[in-house]
Amino acid sequence: MATIEVDGTSYEVDGDRNLLDACLGLGLDLPYFCWHPTLGSVGSCRQCAVRVYANAEDTRGRLVMSCMTPVTDGQRLSIRDPESQAFRDKSIEVTMANHPHDCPVCEEGGECHLQDMTIMSRHTERRYRGLKKTYTNQYLGPCISHEMNRCIACYRCVRFYNDYAGGKDLAVLASKENVYFGRHEDGCLESGFSGNLVEVCPTGVFTDKTLSRSYNRKWDLQSAPSICSSCSLGCNISPGERQGRIKRIVNRYHHDINGYFICDRGRFGYDYTNADQRIQHCSIRQSADVTEEAPDYRDAINAIAVELAGAATGGNLIAIGSDRLSVEANFALQTLVDEDNFYSGMDPVQHQLLQSVLGIYRRPGIHAPTLREIESADAVLILGEDLVNSAPRMALSVRQATRNLSFELARKSQIPLWQDTSVRNLAQDRRSPLMILSVAGTDLDAIASLRLSAAADDIARLGFAVARCLSDRAPAVPNLSPDLESTAAGIADCLLRAKNPVIISGTSCNTPSVVESAAQVAMALSLAKSNGQIRPSWLSYVLPAANSLGLAMLQEGNDDNHLERAMQRVLANPGQCTALILQNDLYARAEPSRVDAFFGNLKSCIVLDQQPNRTTDRANILVPTQTDFETEGTLVNNEGRAQRYFEVFATDNPSLRDNWKTIANMAKAWVNPGTGQGLPESLLALARCENFDDLIALLKNRGGLFGHWDRAAPNAAFRIAGLKIPRMPHRYSGRTSLRANIRVAEAKQPEDRDSPLGFTMEGAPINIPGALTPGFWSPGWNSGESLNKFQDEINGHLKGGDPGLRLLQSPAATDMSAATSSDWFSVPAATPTAANGRLLAVSLPRLFDGEVLSALSPALAQRAELPQLEIHPETAAAVGLVEGHIATIRLESCQLKLPLRFNPRVASGLVAVPADVKTAGILPPVLLPAAVTIE
Amino acid sequence: MDFETPLTARIKANGEVTTLAEYRDAAGYQGLEIALSMESTAVIDLVKESNLRGRGGAGFSAGLKWSFVPRGEGTARPKYLICNADEMEPGTFKDRWLMECDPHQLIEGMVIAAYAIEADIAYLFLRADYEVAAERLQQAIDDAYQEGLLGDNICGGSYSLQLYLHTSAGRYICGEETALISSLEGKRAVPRAKPPFPQVSGLFGKPTVVNNVETLCNLPHILRNGADWFKSLGRGEDAGTKLFGVSGRVKNPGCWEMPMGTTIREILEGYAGGMQDGLKLKGFLPGGGSTDFLTEEHLDLPMDYGAIGKAGSRMGTGTMIVLDDQTCPVGMVLNLIQFFAQESCGWCTPCRNGLPFLRQLLEDLEYGKGRPEDLETMADYCRYLGPGNTFCALAPGAAEPLQSALKYFRRDFEEHVNQGGCTYRQQAKANG
Repeated sequence: MATIEVDGTSYEVDGDRNLLDACLGLGLDLPYFCWHPTLGSVGSCRQCAVRVYANAEDTRGRLVMSCMTPVTDGQRLSIRDPESQAFRDKSIEVTMANHPHDCPVCEEGGECHLQDMTIMSRHTERRYRGLKKTYTNQYLGPCISHEMNRCIACYRCVRFYNDYAGGKDLAVLASKENVYFGRHEDGCLESGFSGNLVEVCPTGVFTDKTLSRSYNRKWDLQSAPSICSSCSLGCNISPGERQGRIKRIVNRYHHDINGYFICDRGRFGYDYTNADQRIQHCSIRQSADVTEEAPDYRDAINAIAVELAGAATGGNLIAIGSDRLSVEANFALQTLVDEDNFYSGMDPVQHQLLQSVLGIYRRPGIHAPTLREIESADAVLILGEDLVNSAPRMALSVRQATRNLSFELARKSQIPLWQDTSVRNLAQDRRSPLMILSVAGTDLDAIASLRLSAAADDIARLGFAVARCLSDRAPAVPNLSPDLESTAAGIADCLLRAKNPVIISGTSCNTPSVVESAAQVAMALSLAKSNGQIRPSWLSYVLPAANSLGLAMLQEGNDDNHLERAMQRVLANPGQCTALILQNDLYARAEPSRVDAFFGNLKSCIVLDQQPNRTTDRANILVPTQTDFETEGTLVNNEGRAQRYFEVFATDNPSLRDNWKTIANMAKAWVNPGTGQGLPESLLALARCENFDDLIALLKNRGGLFGHWDRAAPNAAFRIAGLKIPRMPHRYSGRTSLRANIRVAEAKQPEDRDSPLGFTMEGAPINIPGALTPGFWSPGWNSGESLNKFQDEINGHLKGGDPGLRLLQSPAATDMSAATSSDWFSVPAATPTAANGRLLAVSLPRLFDGEVLSALSPALAQRAELPQLEIHPETAAAVGLVEGHIATIRLESCQLKLPLRFNPRVASGLVAVPADVKTAGILPPVLLPAAVTIE
Repeated sequence: MDFETPLTARIKANGEVTTLAEYRDAAGYQGLEIALSMESTAVIDLVKESNLRGRGGAGFSAGLKWSFVPRGEGTARPKYLICNADEMEPGTFKDRWLMECDPHQLIEGMVIAAYAIEADIAYLFLRADYEVAAERLQQAIDDAYQEGLLGDNICGGSYSLQLYLHTSAGRYICGEETALISSLEGKRAVPRAKPPFPQVSGLFGKPTVVNNVETLCNLPHILRNGADWFKSLGRGEDAGTKLFGVSGRVKNPGCWEMPMGTTIREILEGYAGGMQDGLKLKGFLPGGGSTDFLTEEHLDLPMDYGAIGKAGSRMGTGTMIVLDDQTCPVGMVLNLIQFFAQESCGWCTPCRNGLPFLRQLLEDLEYGKGRPEDLETMADYCRYLGPGNTFCALAPGAAEPLQSALKYFRRDFEEHVNQGGCTYRQQAKANG
């Protein structure tokens, strides 16, 4: 710590920071452009000048750029002295020399850092009389608009895109006052993190094209704290709504998870919620040809209750949950039908994988790291995950982890870590070790110290061999080649030497041995590193969906209640069972002919879903559900953190209710007629749930992992000075007239009984808990940069606390020497080489079209590559396949035809099948890996 | 001549290159042999002792610069020596002369410097347009490799050095040592923040020293003749000789080697032959295009780093640009500002956008659109572009001719405003 004096006031600050960082962290106003909390200092914009005095006697001082000046103890500086103010004014003057006066038509207007800083610098008078420079703009794809005339050349875009995110197709071109930030030619930005340019750019050069289609100012967008549901990481987001449509998504800072950045799938994948194809009304199919469209919601619920009651008495009621929906919705469904009749909707392998992950996470010696922790790792081992496609934000964290060596070098050379260019120049290409074992190569391979392609079981075998190298108590791996033996020894050595190694694996391979081998490495590493005291190893699993772990927790210890078991039950009792399916297209979950048989043998099928699909086509009663933007719930991310999301806006469709509420209504309708005699108490309790907190209380009663469920976020009774928290910015316009074209009379604002948030601009503006902060704004700071005002220090925790509740705390250090042979996982056999023209088909996750809801977004659909089968050229030659030809894969009743592409990174003997939504509908990824015929 | 001219003694009057054999006959590479017989730290001490100051413009002690390089076991390797031969300062052509006519002198100097800092690799970063120099240097480098003066086990000893000639893409900013390093790494020629200094983290993140051509050329002579001899060459505070040049409308523009501390009058009136007939001296930039104007009253100052500094300018490269009384100072400054605006790397805001701002104001003055308040705006901007306010020294240097012109030739600026444009052009027109 150091003491500095700013304009006469003394403060305690962190001595490792620069002056700008320290001043902003103290809540002082000091303008800047090129500096960024995570991108560091480069000293290009010269906007953050302050006067620093040498000592107590010095009255002249000297002007320095605060971002480039380290904090020193006893430092005296002035932000307000006239000369530094004049300097900052002049910097704005030259910055604005070429900047267009197009704020009224600029989409950045109202959340423009340049506007804010111009006003903060008190620049008012224009003296430049020359012509402004103009540029040609580029087409950058369906997500980002480009308006170079507005550029102030802060270099943030290229520093984020290239230096931070590893992009290759954005550059600073030309020189002097002609510097141009764009691509070598028009074309879609390739990086899966390009959307962050919208927030990184301090003005309107890069703007959100999806917002642009039907634009609103930031102050006219209603927001609520939300959690991205497009992968298992649980990035915090802030969706903006107006007139019943989600208009855009921006990052919502979470210290431990997404920090300042989210991926493009999370940012641009929201359009499914606005889709015309959404299911809007209930429907009841009386017979094969007669369907009653749009019956009253009540009638539909009552009809369902009758079905449920009938089926339940015969023991023929089953329900299938969803790993994409909230814990509460699944819990309500589980409560409705009773635990034994509730099935996860996952195939057996995936179901058991998740139970296995949950068990592993709860072992001693294992710690599930946050993304922030992964960023601090100085050695990374990835087993079988292509992170850029399966958990994009984690790939960005791993990329930062490889920089830890450069920070180490910088410390030795006494270069401050925030001196971004200096640190990068010092380290050049030297990186912390990143070791990637994958089935078909990954986008991180370029910065990996070791990359190896192999079939899933072979990846696992290598993992087990690494574990064996780390601890000879782990079982040995038979028949491993000497080459792989030495690779394993190298990996083990690297992990052992690292201070904070992390092991990353996941469910993408759909292979238990891969998940187990990662755990084996972590356990062996804990043993190897334990020095009397156990130090838990960092082990992170990437999971299939946003709430995979939450669903697994609801079924903890139950390896059986998966989709296959539900199907067996139905097929064993043809025509008897009634199934209640919660937002889960079973055709992507199992072999399609088997799903057909399942539906064919049901007595009745009740489906709750938001988008039409093949499962909703089979429904006898269909009830629309809300998207995550329209309801509240809790998701448990891949590290076991329960995070609450809130309704962004209230829908006015009476058939669209909260998912959990609809299920509770079913319970109510079921209970009412017979006054509940003979029904289980849990069902009666569910029927009594009037609001979300009632349901939370029920869940909390389950105890165990759910024992503190109410702590994930404050409950609906929470108030600040008696006030709710506003969802609307305080300048929200037209609240009373928005619907005047429908009805002149002012409608009452919807009430929210389920959360402490209000559908209004009135309410508590400050001291909002982190979990309830809809977005960031502060007086004079209209852009997202206002986040500075919400953090306890720059890049630190939210003053209102980090949202969410970590459920899986690492057990207290136990003596792992007690680990017995039964604690070790057993080693699988090597993958046999391809024979008889059969290949091992594996599934490859896809960033832009791999998640069922976000793939419906037109902007993302445009960015997705055409699905192709990928194969190593030598494998192709061995089975006589030609690149570019259409190949046909057959597996059980599935037949998939796709063009063939040669990719030397695909492991030998494998054919990689894209897991895009369309292909998954033909050949569900859960069936893979499997031997297939290909021709 | 009553003084020695070690740097140019071997240069032939016809401009032909000195061959390796000729160079060796004239005591060439003896300085290197002496250096190799010494401890490398002793070489540094000798050069420190000699008070050799960088001839690229900043005038920093060469020996001191070297002494910041980490030494001994465990230091980062390879270490680099870079010769800054990206001579692009307006009005400056001294290094070109040395490289075209006596390339081995530079190579010998580079090996000595490299030996002193224990460098493994040396780069000669040459201005792209110096095609003759490139050809002759490459030949000389090849010859030196052939004779065991470069490469492994130089002169049969244990020291090895690989030396490469790199011709730049031609940007003024590459004369800034850290921008040069960026450029050499294949990146944009953008300067780097200091600290860390290149001696600690330079080329490819490794310890690096960047020295100017003329600085390095002095080394063989210092090694051969000692520090006291070198100091005795200078007439005033500074040691050694210096290449001084004069351009502008003088009778005999050119470049000559003279002792440090030679007076400006001697250079201007003696060697350059004074102003052309009918012209009077109005002012001059003593050290190239990025130094402040001096005027007639400064003619008797010695060309020393200190003396010129005290007069409010800089000795820079030691090559003067002379302004006569028939040439418009506003036009001259506009020309210079235009050059510097064009050569800005585009990294920091004051330079990238501030110089075009000044160019605009000067153009307005020249073409009759100037306003009285523009003079204050320009002075204001010269202060804004001052040292420390910008990322590197380009913009402060660029502002120097303008800020001093505003001081010495203010009447000309005011006339431009009052007379609606360039009074010199109007005069020339009136004279037909």
